[in-house]
Amino acid sequence: MSTKSSSKEIKNEGKRDFLIISTYAMAGIGAASVAWPLIDQMNPAADTLALASTEVDLSSLEEGQAITVTWRGKPVFVRHRTPKEIKSAKEVSLDDMRHPETDEERVPNEKFIVLVGVCTHLGCVPLGQKSGDVKGLYGGWFCPCHGSHYDHSGRIRKGPAPTNLEVPSYKFLSENVIKIG
Amino acid sequence: MSKSKFKNPVVKWIDHRLPVFSFMDHELNHYPTPKNLNYFWNFGSLAGFALVTMIVTGIVLSMNYTAHVDYAFDSVERIMRDVNHGWLIRYIHMNGASFFFIVVYIHIFRGLYYGSYKAPRELLWILGVLILLLMMATAFMGYVLPWGQMSFWGATVITNLFSAIPLVGESIVTWLWGGFSVDNSTLNRFFSLHFVLPFVIVGVVILHLVALHRFGSNNPIGIDVKGTQDTIPFSPYYTIKDLFGLSVFLSFFAAAVFFFPNFMGHPDNYIEANPMVTPAHIVPEWYFLPFYAILRAIPDKLGGVLFMFGAIAVLFILPWLDRSSVRSSQFRPIYKIFFWILLLDCILLGYLGAMPAEGIYVILSRIATAYYFFHFLILFPLLPFIEKTKPLPFSISEPILGGAATASAMATREKK
Repeated sequence: MSTKSSSKEIKNEGKRDFLIISTYAMAGIGAASVAWPLIDQMNPAADTLALASTEVDLSSLEEGQAITVTWRGKPVFVRHRTPKEIKSAKEVSLDDMRHPETDEERVPNEKFIVLVGVCTHLGCVPLGQKSGDVKGLYGGWFCPCHGSHYDHSGRIRKGPAPTNLEVPSYKFLSENVIKIG
Repeated sequence: MSKSKFKNPVVKWIDHRLPVFSFMDHELNHYPTPKNLNYFWNFGSLAGFALVTMIVTGIVLSMNYTAHVDYAFDSVERIMRDVNHGWLIRYIHMNGASFFFIVVYIHIFRGLYYGSYKAPRELLWILGVLILLLMMATAFMGYVLPWGQMSFWGATVITNLFSAIPLVGESIVTWLWGGFSVDNSTLNRFFSLHFVLPFVIVGVVILHLVALHRFGSNNPIGIDVKGTQDTIPFSPYYTIKDLFGLSVFLSFFAAAVFFFPNFMGHPDNYIEANPMVTPAHIVPEWYFLPFYAILRAIPDKLGGVLFMFGAIAVLFILPWLDRSSVRSSQFRPIYKIFFWILLLDCILLGYLGAMPAEGIYVILSRIATAYYFFHFLILFPLLPFIEKTKPLPFSISEPILGGAATASAMATREKK
Protein backbone atom coordinates (compact mmCIF):
# COMPACT_ATOMS: atom_id res chain seq x y z
CA MET A 1 0.00 0.00 0.00
CA SER A 2 1.39 3.37 -0.95
CA THR A 3 2.10 6.06 1.61
CA LYS A 4 -0.39 8.37 -0.06
CA SER A 5 -3.35 6.22 0.82
CA SER A 6 -6.44 7.84 -0.55
CA SER A 7 -9.75 7.85 1.31
CA LYS A 8 -11.01 5.23 -1.14
CA GLU A 9 -8.29 2.81 -0.09
CA ILE A 10 -9.08 3.35 3.57
CA LYS A 11 -12.71 2.66 2.79
CA ASN A 12 -11.73 -0.56 1.04
CA GLU A 13 -9.62 -1.56 4.01
CA GLY A 14 -12.66 -1.21 6.23
CA LYS A 15 -14.62 -3.34 3.78
CA ARG A 16 -11.91 -5.98 3.86
CA ASP A 17 -11.81 -6.05 7.65
CA PHE A 18 -15.56 -6.47 7.69
CA LEU A 19 -15.31 -9.40 5.28
CA ILE A 20 -12.54 -11.06 7.29
CA ILE A 21 -14.31 -10.65 10.62
CA SER A 22 -17.64 -11.85 9.29
CA THR A 23 -15.95 -14.86 7.63
CA TYR A 24 -14.29 -15.81 10.90
CA ALA A 25 -17.52 -15.27 12.78
CA MET A 26 -19.42 -17.56 10.39
CA ALA A 27 -16.69 -20.17 10.63
CA GLY A 28 -16.85 -19.93 14.42
CA ILE A 29 -20.63 -20.37 14.45
CA GLY A 30 -20.29 -23.30 12.06
CA ALA A 31 -17.63 -24.98 14.19
CA ALA A 32 -19.69 -24.49 17.34
CA SER A 33 -22.83 -25.92 15.76
CA VAL A 34 -20.88 -28.98 14.60
CA ALA A 35 -19.29 -29.39 18.02
CA TRP A 36 -22.58 -29.17 19.93
CA PRO A 37 -24.10 -32.54 18.81
CA LEU A 38 -20.79 -34.23 19.60
CA ILE A 39 -20.85 -32.78 23.13
CA ASP A 40 -24.57 -33.10 23.76
CA GLN A 41 -24.61 -36.81 22.95
CA MET A 42 -22.98 -37.37 26.35
CA ASN A 43 -26.01 -35.88 28.15
CA PRO A 44 -28.75 -38.30 29.29
CA ALA A 45 -30.48 -39.93 26.32
CA ALA A 46 -34.25 -39.97 25.83
CA ASP A 47 -34.61 -43.50 27.23
CA THR A 48 -32.57 -42.55 30.29
CA LEU A 49 -34.82 -39.56 30.89
CA ALA A 50 -37.90 -41.73 30.38
CA LEU A 51 -36.83 -43.93 33.28
CA ALA A 52 -36.49 -40.88 35.49
CA SER A 53 -39.56 -41.53 37.66
CA THR A 54 -40.34 -44.33 40.10
CA GLU A 55 -43.59 -45.26 41.87
CA VAL A 56 -43.44 -46.69 45.38
CA ASP A 57 -46.27 -48.37 47.35
CA LEU A 58 -45.85 -47.54 51.06
CA SER A 59 -48.88 -49.47 52.42
CA SER A 60 -46.79 -52.33 53.79
CA LEU A 61 -44.27 -50.02 55.44
CA GLU A 62 -44.79 -50.30 59.22
CA GLU A 63 -44.05 -47.53 61.65
CA GLY A 64 -40.31 -47.33 62.29
CA GLN A 65 -39.46 -49.25 59.14
CA ALA A 66 -37.57 -47.92 56.15
CA ILE A 67 -37.13 -48.98 52.54
CA THR A 68 -34.62 -47.98 49.92
CA VAL A 69 -35.72 -47.70 46.29
CA THR A 70 -33.71 -46.89 43.16
CA TRP A 71 -34.43 -43.68 41.31
CA ARG A 72 -32.18 -42.47 38.46
CA GLY A 73 -29.60 -45.03 39.56
CA LYS A 74 -29.43 -43.57 43.04
CA PRO A 75 -30.88 -44.85 46.34
CA VAL A 76 -33.93 -43.06 47.71
CA PHE A 77 -34.67 -43.50 51.42
CA VAL A 78 -38.27 -43.72 52.57
CA ARG A 79 -38.84 -43.98 56.33
CA HIS A 80 -42.13 -44.30 58.18
CA ARG A 81 -41.40 -42.13 61.20
CA THR A 82 -42.67 -42.82 64.72
CA PRO A 83 -44.59 -40.03 66.54
CA LYS A 84 -41.58 -39.55 68.77
CA GLU A 85 -39.29 -39.03 65.77
CA ILE A 86 -41.74 -36.60 64.17
CA LYS A 87 -41.95 -34.66 67.42
CA SER A 88 -38.18 -34.38 67.77
CA ALA A 89 -37.77 -33.36 64.13
CA LYS A 90 -40.35 -30.59 64.50
CA GLU A 91 -39.40 -29.20 67.87
CA VAL A 92 -35.65 -28.95 67.54
CA SER A 93 -34.22 -25.44 67.35
CA LEU A 94 -32.88 -24.36 63.95
CA ASP A 95 -30.35 -21.96 65.46
CA ASP A 96 -27.37 -24.28 65.51
CA MET A 97 -28.02 -25.91 62.16
CA ARG A 98 -25.61 -25.53 59.27
CA HIS A 99 -28.45 -25.62 56.76
CA PRO A 100 -31.55 -24.50 58.64
CA GLU A 101 -34.83 -25.85 57.27
CA THR A 102 -38.00 -26.69 59.17
CA ASP A 103 -39.37 -30.22 59.08
CA GLU A 104 -42.54 -28.91 57.36
CA GLU A 105 -40.49 -27.53 54.51
CA ARG A 106 -38.94 -30.91 53.92
CA VAL A 107 -41.78 -33.36 54.60
CA PRO A 108 -45.24 -32.78 53.08
CA ASN A 109 -46.73 -35.83 54.82
CA GLU A 110 -45.21 -36.00 58.29
CA LYS A 111 -45.47 -39.79 58.53
CA PHE A 112 -43.23 -40.51 55.57
CA ILE A 113 -39.90 -38.90 54.94
CA VAL A 114 -38.41 -39.27 51.45
CA LEU A 115 -34.75 -38.44 50.87
CA VAL A 116 -32.10 -38.97 48.21
CA GLY A 117 -29.78 -41.38 50.04
CA VAL A 118 -26.59 -39.71 48.93
CA CYS A 119 -24.43 -37.86 51.43
CA THR A 120 -24.03 -34.23 50.34
CA HIS A 121 -20.36 -34.36 51.28
CA LEU A 122 -18.81 -36.65 48.66
CA GLY A 123 -21.57 -38.97 47.51
CA CYS A 124 -21.46 -42.02 49.82
CA VAL A 125 -24.68 -43.76 50.88
CA PRO A 126 -25.37 -43.08 54.60
CA LEU A 127 -26.30 -45.84 57.07
CA GLY A 128 -29.56 -45.89 59.00
CA GLN A 129 -32.06 -47.70 56.76
CA LYS A 130 -31.64 -51.16 58.31
CA SER A 131 -32.66 -51.86 61.91
CA GLY A 132 -29.13 -52.77 62.98
CA ASP A 133 -27.45 -49.77 61.32
CA VAL A 134 -25.64 -47.03 63.15
CA LYS A 135 -28.00 -44.05 62.96
CA GLY A 136 -25.63 -41.39 64.27
CA LEU A 137 -25.92 -38.99 67.24
CA TYR A 138 -29.28 -37.57 66.08
CA GLY A 139 -31.06 -40.86 65.32
CA GLY A 140 -31.45 -40.22 61.58
CA TRP A 141 -28.68 -41.32 59.27
CA PHE A 142 -24.93 -41.54 59.60
CA CYS A 143 -22.43 -41.47 56.76
CA PRO A 144 -19.53 -43.81 57.55
CA CYS A 145 -17.19 -42.35 54.94
CA HIS A 146 -16.39 -39.09 56.71
CA GLY A 147 -18.72 -39.07 59.72
CA SER A 148 -21.69 -36.86 58.84
CA HIS A 149 -24.68 -37.11 61.23
CA TYR A 150 -28.21 -36.47 59.95
CA ASP A 151 -31.35 -36.11 62.10
CA HIS A 152 -34.90 -37.49 61.69
CA SER A 153 -35.56 -34.94 58.99
CA GLY A 154 -32.35 -35.72 57.10
CA ARG A 155 -30.76 -32.43 58.16
CA ILE A 156 -27.02 -32.23 58.62
CA ARG A 157 -26.22 -31.73 62.31
CA LYS A 158 -22.57 -32.74 62.69
CA GLY A 159 -19.74 -33.66 60.34
CA PRO A 160 -18.33 -32.31 57.05
CA ALA A 161 -21.42 -32.43 54.79
CA PRO A 162 -22.38 -28.89 53.71
CA THR A 163 -26.15 -29.30 53.22
CA ASN A 164 -29.10 -31.43 54.29
CA LEU A 165 -29.91 -34.68 52.47
CA GLU A 166 -31.70 -33.72 49.28
CA VAL A 167 -35.46 -34.14 49.08
CA PRO A 168 -36.41 -35.43 45.63
CA SER A 169 -39.45 -34.02 43.90
CA TYR A 170 -42.32 -36.44 44.57
CA LYS A 171 -46.04 -36.45 45.08
CA PHE A 172 -48.63 -38.71 46.64
CA LEU A 173 -50.70 -40.39 43.95
CA SER A 174 -52.97 -41.83 46.64
CA GLU A 175 -52.76 -42.14 50.42
CA ASN A 176 -50.00 -44.73 50.29
CA VAL A 177 -48.43 -44.48 46.82
CA ILE A 178 -45.79 -41.94 45.90
CA LYS A 179 -44.31 -41.09 42.53
CA ILE A 180 -40.73 -39.89 42.69
CA GLY A 181 -39.48 -37.71 39.87
CA MET B 1 18.56 -19.71 10.60
CA SER B 2 16.17 -16.79 10.60
CA LYS B 3 16.06 -15.34 14.07
CA SER B 4 13.03 -13.10 14.02
CA LYS B 5 10.59 -15.26 12.08
CA PHE B 6 7.97 -14.96 14.82
CA LYS B 7 6.96 -11.77 16.57
CA ASN B 8 5.04 -13.30 19.46
CA PRO B 9 7.57 -13.78 22.30
CA VAL B 10 5.81 -16.92 23.63
CA VAL B 11 5.88 -18.50 20.18
CA LYS B 12 9.51 -17.47 19.80
CA TRP B 13 10.43 -18.95 23.20
CA ILE B 14 8.73 -22.27 22.46
CA ASP B 15 10.00 -22.44 18.88
CA HIS B 16 13.59 -22.01 20.00
CA ARG B 17 13.26 -25.10 22.20
CA LEU B 18 10.67 -27.09 20.23
CA PRO B 19 10.57 -25.95 16.60
CA VAL B 20 6.96 -26.92 15.93
CA PHE B 21 6.08 -23.45 14.67
CA SER B 22 9.03 -23.42 12.26
CA PHE B 23 7.94 -26.84 11.09
CA MET B 24 4.36 -25.75 10.46
CA ASP B 25 5.51 -22.52 8.84
CA HIS B 26 7.78 -24.49 6.55
CA GLU B 27 5.37 -27.31 5.65
CA LEU B 28 2.03 -25.53 5.58
CA ASN B 29 2.82 -21.93 4.84
CA HIS B 30 5.89 -21.50 2.64
CA TYR B 31 5.78 -25.07 1.28
CA PRO B 32 6.42 -24.48 -2.44
CA THR B 33 3.69 -26.10 -4.52
CA PRO B 34 3.47 -26.35 -8.32
CA LYS B 35 1.37 -23.44 -9.54
CA ASN B 36 -0.60 -25.44 -12.09
CA LEU B 37 -2.46 -27.91 -9.82
CA ASN B 38 -6.08 -28.46 -10.82
CA TYR B 39 -9.05 -29.40 -8.66
CA PHE B 40 -8.13 -33.10 -8.70
CA TRP B 41 -5.37 -32.15 -6.26
CA ASN B 42 -8.02 -31.28 -3.67
CA PHE B 43 -8.82 -34.89 -2.92
CA GLY B 44 -5.82 -35.57 -0.71
CA SER B 45 -6.82 -32.96 1.82
CA LEU B 46 -10.46 -34.07 1.47
CA ALA B 47 -9.40 -37.61 2.37
CA GLY B 48 -7.63 -36.24 5.42
CA PHE B 49 -10.78 -34.37 6.38
CA ALA B 50 -12.85 -37.52 5.93
CA LEU B 51 -10.45 -39.49 8.15
CA VAL B 52 -10.70 -36.94 10.96
CA THR B 53 -14.50 -36.86 10.63
CA MET B 54 -14.65 -40.65 10.88
CA ILE B 55 -12.40 -40.73 13.94
CA VAL B 56 -14.29 -37.98 15.78
CA THR B 57 -17.77 -39.38 15.07
CA GLY B 58 -16.49 -42.91 15.71
CA ILE B 59 -15.14 -42.09 19.16
CA VAL B 60 -18.45 -40.46 20.00
CA LEU B 61 -20.45 -43.45 18.70
CA SER B 62 -18.34 -45.89 20.70
CA MET B 63 -19.46 -44.08 23.85
CA ASN B 64 -22.99 -45.28 23.12
CA TYR B 65 -22.35 -48.67 21.50
CA THR B 66 -22.36 -52.11 23.14
CA ALA B 67 -20.20 -54.78 21.50
CA HIS B 68 -22.25 -57.84 22.42
CA VAL B 69 -24.39 -60.03 20.16
CA ASP B 70 -27.42 -59.55 22.42
CA TYR B 71 -27.15 -55.76 22.67
CA ALA B 72 -25.25 -54.47 19.61
CA PHE B 73 -28.27 -54.11 17.30
CA ASP B 74 -30.41 -52.53 20.02
CA SER B 75 -27.63 -50.18 21.08
CA VAL B 76 -27.38 -48.90 17.49
CA GLU B 77 -31.16 -48.42 17.38
CA ARG B 78 -30.90 -46.60 20.71
CA ILE B 79 -28.30 -44.31 19.14
CA MET B 80 -30.74 -43.63 16.30
CA ARG B 81 -33.73 -42.92 18.54
CA ASP B 82 -32.72 -41.94 22.05
CA VAL B 83 -29.17 -40.59 22.19
CA ASN B 84 -29.08 -36.82 21.73
CA HIS B 85 -28.25 -36.12 18.04
CA GLY B 86 -27.33 -39.83 17.77
CA TRP B 87 -29.07 -40.16 14.39
CA LEU B 88 -26.97 -37.31 13.02
CA ILE B 89 -23.69 -38.66 14.35
CA ARG B 90 -24.37 -42.18 13.07
CA TYR B 91 -25.51 -40.96 9.64
CA ILE B 92 -22.35 -38.84 9.38
CA HIS B 93 -20.25 -41.88 10.26
CA MET B 94 -22.16 -44.21 7.94
CA ASN B 95 -22.14 -41.87 4.94
CA GLY B 96 -18.68 -40.65 5.90
CA ALA B 97 -17.34 -44.12 5.11
CA SER B 98 -18.83 -43.99 1.62
CA PHE B 99 -17.61 -40.46 0.98
CA PHE B 100 -14.16 -41.37 2.28
CA PHE B 101 -13.98 -44.10 -0.36
CA ILE B 102 -15.36 -41.80 -3.09
CA VAL B 103 -12.68 -39.24 -2.28
CA VAL B 104 -9.91 -41.83 -2.05
CA TYR B 105 -10.92 -43.55 -5.31
CA ILE B 106 -10.84 -40.19 -7.12
CA HIS B 107 -7.47 -39.52 -5.47
CA ILE B 108 -6.15 -42.86 -6.75
CA PHE B 109 -7.45 -42.38 -10.29
CA ARG B 110 -5.92 -38.90 -10.32
CA GLY B 111 -2.61 -40.57 -9.46
CA LEU B 112 -3.13 -43.06 -12.27
CA TYR B 113 -3.98 -40.36 -14.83
CA TYR B 114 -1.11 -38.04 -14.01
CA GLY B 115 1.46 -40.75 -13.24
CA SER B 116 1.92 -39.60 -9.67
CA TYR B 117 3.28 -43.03 -8.67
CA LYS B 118 6.40 -42.75 -10.81
CA ALA B 119 9.92 -42.08 -9.57
CA PRO B 120 10.71 -40.51 -7.20
CA ARG B 121 7.24 -40.98 -5.66
CA GLU B 122 7.08 -44.81 -5.56
CA LEU B 123 7.03 -45.04 -1.77
CA LEU B 124 4.46 -42.28 -1.55
CA TRP B 125 2.22 -44.38 -3.80
CA ILE B 126 2.89 -47.62 -1.91
CA LEU B 127 2.02 -45.97 1.40
CA GLY B 128 -1.19 -44.80 -0.24
CA VAL B 129 -2.09 -48.35 -1.33
CA LEU B 130 -1.36 -49.47 2.24
CA ILE B 131 -3.80 -46.84 3.51
CA LEU B 132 -6.40 -48.17 1.06
CA LEU B 133 -5.93 -51.70 2.40
CA LEU B 134 -6.22 -50.52 6.01
CA MET B 135 -9.32 -48.54 5.11
CA MET B 136 -10.91 -51.62 3.57
CA ALA B 137 -10.21 -53.72 6.66
CA THR B 138 -11.52 -50.96 8.92
CA ALA B 139 -14.65 -50.38 6.83
CA PHE B 140 -15.40 -54.11 6.66
CA MET B 141 -15.14 -54.54 10.43
CA GLY B 142 -17.13 -51.38 11.06
CA TYR B 143 -19.95 -52.72 8.91
CA VAL B 144 -20.16 -55.79 11.17
CA LEU B 145 -20.73 -53.75 14.34
CA PRO B 146 -24.46 -52.85 13.89
CA TRP B 147 -25.06 -56.63 13.88
CA GLY B 148 -27.71 -56.59 11.19
CA GLN B 149 -28.26 -59.36 8.67
CA MET B 150 -25.78 -57.87 6.18
CA SER B 151 -23.25 -57.35 8.96
CA PHE B 152 -23.44 -60.94 10.03
CA TRP B 153 -23.46 -62.55 6.60
CA GLY B 154 -20.89 -60.15 5.21
CA ALA B 155 -18.61 -61.11 8.10
CA THR B 156 -19.29 -64.79 7.49
CA VAL B 157 -18.56 -64.61 3.77
CA ILE B 158 -15.47 -62.43 4.00
CA THR B 159 -13.86 -64.38 6.85
CA ASN B 160 -14.61 -67.58 4.94
CA LEU B 161 -12.40 -66.28 2.12
CA PHE B 162 -9.46 -67.35 4.24
CA SER B 163 -10.70 -70.93 4.29
CA ALA B 164 -9.54 -71.09 0.66
CA ILE B 165 -5.92 -71.17 1.86
CA PRO B 166 -4.67 -74.75 1.49
CA LEU B 167 -3.99 -76.85 4.62
CA VAL B 168 -4.29 -74.13 7.28
CA GLY B 169 -7.37 -72.31 5.92
CA GLU B 170 -9.90 -73.82 8.31
CA SER B 171 -7.69 -73.19 11.35
CA ILE B 172 -7.17 -69.58 10.29
CA VAL B 173 -10.90 -69.02 9.99
CA THR B 174 -11.52 -70.56 13.43
CA TRP B 175 -8.78 -68.31 14.78
CA LEU B 176 -10.36 -65.23 13.15
CA TRP B 177 -13.76 -66.10 14.61
CA GLY B 178 -12.57 -67.20 18.04
CA GLY B 179 -15.12 -69.98 17.73
CA PHE B 180 -16.88 -72.08 15.13
CA SER B 181 -18.98 -69.36 13.59
CA VAL B 182 -19.19 -65.57 13.58
CA ASP B 183 -20.26 -64.93 17.16
CA ASN B 184 -19.70 -62.76 20.20
CA SER B 185 -15.92 -63.22 20.24
CA THR B 186 -15.79 -62.16 16.58
CA LEU B 187 -17.88 -59.07 17.26
CA ASN B 188 -15.68 -58.08 20.21
CA ARG B 189 -12.40 -58.37 18.33
CA PHE B 190 -13.84 -56.55 15.31
CA PHE B 191 -14.90 -53.69 17.56
CA SER B 192 -11.43 -53.54 19.09
CA LEU B 193 -9.72 -53.55 15.68
CA HIS B 194 -12.23 -51.14 14.16
CA PHE B 195 -11.35 -48.73 16.94
CA VAL B 196 -7.58 -49.04 16.68
CA LEU B 197 -6.99 -49.32 12.90
CA PRO B 198 -7.97 -45.71 12.13
CA PHE B 199 -5.13 -44.59 14.36
CA VAL B 200 -2.79 -46.88 12.42
CA ILE B 201 -4.12 -45.17 9.29
CA VAL B 202 -3.26 -41.78 10.83
CA GLY B 203 0.30 -43.05 11.33
CA VAL B 204 0.60 -44.18 7.71
CA VAL B 205 -0.97 -40.90 6.54
CA ILE B 206 1.79 -39.03 8.37
CA LEU B 207 4.39 -41.13 6.53
CA HIS B 208 2.47 -40.48 3.29
CA LEU B 209 2.76 -36.73 3.94
CA VAL B 210 6.44 -36.94 4.84
CA ALA B 211 7.06 -38.78 1.57
CA LEU B 212 4.93 -36.21 -0.31
CA HIS B 213 6.82 -33.24 1.08
CA ARG B 214 10.16 -34.81 0.14
CA PHE B 215 9.63 -34.04 -3.56
CA GLY B 216 6.41 -32.05 -3.41
CA SER B 217 3.22 -32.64 -5.35
CA ASN B 218 3.19 -33.96 -8.88
CA ASN B 219 1.26 -31.71 -11.28
CA PRO B 220 -1.01 -31.98 -14.33
CA ILE B 221 1.92 -31.68 -16.74
CA GLY B 222 3.89 -34.26 -14.79
CA ILE B 223 7.29 -32.62 -15.24
CA ASP B 224 9.54 -31.66 -12.36
CA VAL B 225 9.53 -28.23 -10.83
CA LYS B 226 12.50 -26.33 -12.29
CA GLY B 227 12.68 -23.52 -9.78
CA THR B 228 10.76 -20.96 -7.76
CA GLN B 229 9.14 -19.55 -10.92
CA ASP B 230 7.18 -22.81 -11.16
CA THR B 231 5.83 -22.77 -7.61
CA ILE B 232 3.65 -20.71 -5.32
CA PRO B 233 3.57 -20.93 -1.53
CA PHE B 234 1.02 -23.39 -0.15
CA SER B 235 -0.57 -20.68 1.94
CA PRO B 236 -2.70 -18.79 1.09
CA TYR B 237 -3.06 -20.15 -2.46
CA TYR B 238 -3.71 -23.83 -1.82
CA THR B 239 -5.11 -23.48 1.69
CA ILE B 240 -7.88 -21.34 0.25
CA LYS B 241 -8.34 -23.65 -2.74
CA ASP B 242 -8.54 -26.67 -0.40
CA LEU B 243 -11.06 -24.83 1.78
CA PHE B 244 -13.18 -23.96 -1.23
CA GLY B 245 -13.06 -27.59 -2.38
CA LEU B 246 -13.98 -28.66 1.15
CA SER B 247 -17.07 -26.49 1.16
CA VAL B 248 -18.21 -27.99 -2.15
CA PHE B 249 -17.53 -31.48 -0.77
CA LEU B 250 -19.46 -30.67 2.40
CA SER B 251 -22.47 -29.57 0.34
CA PHE B 252 -22.69 -33.02 -1.23
CA PHE B 253 -21.93 -34.72 2.06
CA ALA B 254 -24.60 -32.78 3.94
CA ALA B 255 -27.11 -33.49 1.17
CA ALA B 256 -26.48 -37.23 1.62
CA VAL B 257 -26.55 -37.12 5.43
CA PHE B 258 -29.75 -35.11 5.65
CA PHE B 259 -31.73 -36.20 2.60
CA PHE B 260 -30.49 -39.65 1.47
CA PRO B 261 -28.80 -41.15 4.51
CA ASN B 262 -29.60 -44.75 3.58
CA PHE B 263 -29.09 -44.47 -0.15
CA MET B 264 -25.69 -46.18 -0.08
CA GLY B 265 -26.66 -48.69 2.60
CA HIS B 266 -28.69 -51.86 2.40
CA PRO B 267 -32.16 -52.19 4.01
CA ASP B 268 -31.46 -55.77 5.17
CA ASN B 269 -28.99 -54.41 7.69
CA TYR B 270 -31.91 -53.01 9.65
CA ILE B 271 -32.93 -56.62 10.39
CA GLU B 272 -31.12 -58.04 13.39
CA ALA B 273 -28.50 -60.73 12.64
CA ASN B 274 -29.94 -64.22 12.45
CA PRO B 275 -27.37 -67.03 12.15
CA MET B 276 -30.12 -69.42 10.97
CA VAL B 277 -31.24 -67.50 7.87
CA THR B 278 -29.11 -66.02 5.08
CA PRO B 279 -30.70 -63.14 3.13
CA ALA B 280 -31.57 -64.09 -0.47
CA HIS B 281 -29.07 -61.70 -2.01
CA ILE B 282 -25.95 -60.70 -0.10
CA VAL B 283 -24.06 -57.69 -1.40
CA PRO B 284 -21.09 -55.96 0.20
CA GLU B 285 -20.97 -52.20 0.58
CA TRP B 286 -20.64 -50.46 -2.79
CA TYR B 287 -16.94 -49.67 -2.38
CA PHE B 288 -16.11 -53.38 -2.32
CA LEU B 289 -18.25 -54.31 -5.32
CA PRO B 290 -15.50 -54.28 -8.01
CA PHE B 291 -13.38 -56.62 -5.90
CA TYR B 292 -16.41 -58.76 -5.11
CA ALA B 293 -17.09 -59.06 -8.85
CA ILE B 294 -13.52 -60.27 -9.43
CA LEU B 295 -13.92 -62.82 -6.61
CA ARG B 296 -17.04 -64.24 -8.22
CA ALA B 297 -15.70 -64.13 -11.76
CA ILE B 298 -13.14 -66.85 -11.06
CA PRO B 299 -14.75 -70.31 -10.99
CA ASP B 300 -12.35 -71.60 -8.35
CA LYS B 301 -12.43 -70.86 -4.61
CA LEU B 302 -8.71 -70.29 -4.04
CA GLY B 303 -8.30 -68.66 -7.47
CA GLY B 304 -11.08 -66.17 -6.78
CA VAL B 305 -9.53 -65.13 -3.50
CA LEU B 306 -6.07 -64.81 -5.07
CA PHE B 307 -7.33 -62.68 -7.95
CA MET B 308 -9.30 -60.47 -5.60
CA PHE B 309 -6.30 -59.73 -3.42
CA GLY B 310 -4.15 -59.63 -6.57
CA ALA B 311 -6.28 -56.73 -7.83
CA ILE B 312 -4.83 -54.66 -4.98
CA ALA B 313 -1.41 -56.31 -5.03
CA VAL B 314 -0.79 -55.07 -8.59
CA LEU B 315 -1.20 -51.53 -7.31
CA PHE B 316 1.76 -52.05 -4.98
CA ILE B 317 4.10 -52.89 -7.86
CA LEU B 318 2.58 -50.41 -10.31
CA PRO B 319 5.57 -48.01 -10.13
CA TRP B 320 7.69 -50.79 -11.67
CA LEU B 321 5.04 -52.18 -14.02
CA ASP B 322 4.71 -48.87 -15.83
CA ARG B 323 7.83 -48.53 -17.98
CA SER B 324 6.99 -45.13 -19.40
CA SER B 325 9.11 -42.23 -18.19
CA VAL B 326 6.39 -39.71 -19.08
CA ARG B 327 4.15 -39.13 -16.11
CA SER B 328 1.10 -37.22 -17.29
CA SER B 329 -1.47 -38.78 -19.63
CA GLN B 330 -1.68 -35.40 -21.37
CA PHE B 331 1.43 -36.47 -23.30
CA ARG B 332 0.53 -40.16 -23.69
CA PRO B 333 -2.19 -40.30 -26.40
CA ILE B 334 -2.69 -44.08 -26.29
CA TYR B 335 -2.43 -44.56 -22.54
CA LYS B 336 -4.96 -41.77 -22.10
CA ILE B 337 -7.57 -43.83 -23.96
CA PHE B 338 -6.78 -46.93 -21.92
CA PHE B 339 -7.02 -44.92 -18.72
CA TRP B 340 -10.66 -44.17 -19.46
CA ILE B 341 -11.24 -47.79 -20.43
CA LEU B 342 -9.80 -48.85 -17.04
CA LEU B 343 -12.08 -46.42 -15.24
CA LEU B 344 -15.14 -47.72 -17.11
CA ASP B 345 -13.94 -51.28 -16.48
CA CYS B 346 -13.84 -50.62 -12.72
CA ILE B 347 -17.30 -49.05 -12.79
CA LEU B 348 -18.57 -52.03 -14.80
CA LEU B 349 -17.03 -54.40 -12.24
CA GLY B 350 -18.77 -52.46 -9.50
CA TYR B 351 -22.09 -52.83 -11.31
CA LEU B 352 -21.54 -56.53 -11.91
CA GLY B 353 -20.62 -57.05 -8.25
CA ALA B 354 -24.11 -55.87 -7.31
CA MET B 355 -25.83 -58.17 -9.81
CA PRO B 356 -26.64 -61.85 -9.16
CA ALA B 357 -23.87 -64.27 -10.14
CA GLU B 358 -25.66 -65.84 -13.11
CA GLY B 359 -25.97 -65.73 -16.93
CA ILE B 360 -24.56 -62.76 -18.78
CA TYR B 361 -23.29 -61.16 -15.58
CA VAL B 362 -20.78 -63.97 -15.05
CA ILE B 363 -19.45 -63.69 -18.59
CA LEU B 364 -19.15 -59.90 -18.37
CA SER B 365 -17.43 -60.21 -14.97
CA ARG B 366 -14.83 -62.49 -16.53
CA ILE B 367 -14.18 -60.12 -19.42
CA ALA B 368 -13.92 -57.12 -17.10
CA THR B 369 -11.61 -59.00 -14.70
CA ALA B 370 -9.42 -60.09 -17.62
CA TYR B 371 -9.17 -56.49 -18.82
CA TYR B 372 -8.25 -55.25 -15.33
CA PHE B 373 -5.26 -57.58 -15.11
CA PHE B 374 -4.38 -57.07 -18.79
CA HIS B 375 -4.21 -53.34 -18.15
CA PHE B 376 -1.84 -53.63 -15.22
CA LEU B 377 0.28 -56.64 -16.14
CA ILE B 378 0.59 -56.32 -19.93
CA LEU B 379 -0.43 -52.85 -21.05
CA PHE B 380 1.61 -50.91 -18.49
CA PRO B 381 4.93 -52.68 -19.22
CA LEU B 382 4.51 -52.96 -23.00
CA LEU B 383 2.71 -49.79 -24.08
CA PRO B 384 5.80 -47.54 -23.85
CA PHE B 385 7.44 -49.61 -26.61
CA ILE B 386 4.60 -48.78 -29.02
CA GLU B 387 3.40 -45.39 -27.86
CA LYS B 388 4.85 -42.19 -29.27
CA THR B 389 4.53 -39.57 -26.54
CA LYS B 390 3.94 -35.91 -27.26
CA PRO B 391 6.81 -33.47 -26.65
CA LEU B 392 7.01 -32.28 -23.05
CA PRO B 393 7.11 -28.57 -22.25
CA PHE B 394 10.40 -27.30 -20.86
CA SER B 395 8.88 -26.11 -17.63
CA ILE B 396 5.61 -25.71 -15.78
CA SER B 397 5.73 -22.00 -16.57
CA GLU B 398 6.19 -22.44 -20.31
CA PRO B 399 2.62 -23.37 -21.35
CA ILE B 400 1.36 -20.47 -19.24
CA LEU B 401 3.91 -17.75 -19.91
CA GLY B 402 5.11 -18.79 -23.36
CA GLY B 403 8.40 -17.89 -24.98
CA ALA B 404 10.32 -16.06 -22.27
CA ALA B 405 10.08 -18.85 -19.79
CA THR B 406 11.00 -21.34 -22.48
CA ALA B 407 14.13 -19.42 -23.27
CA SER B 408 15.20 -19.23 -19.64
CA ALA B 409 14.42 -22.91 -19.17
CA MET B 410 16.54 -23.74 -22.19
CA ALA B 411 19.31 -21.63 -20.77
CA THR B 412 19.26 -23.54 -17.49
CA ARG B 413 19.20 -26.78 -19.46
CA GLU B 414 22.26 -25.83 -21.41
CA LYS B 415 24.05 -24.95 -18.21
CA LYS B 416 23.65 -28.53 -17.09
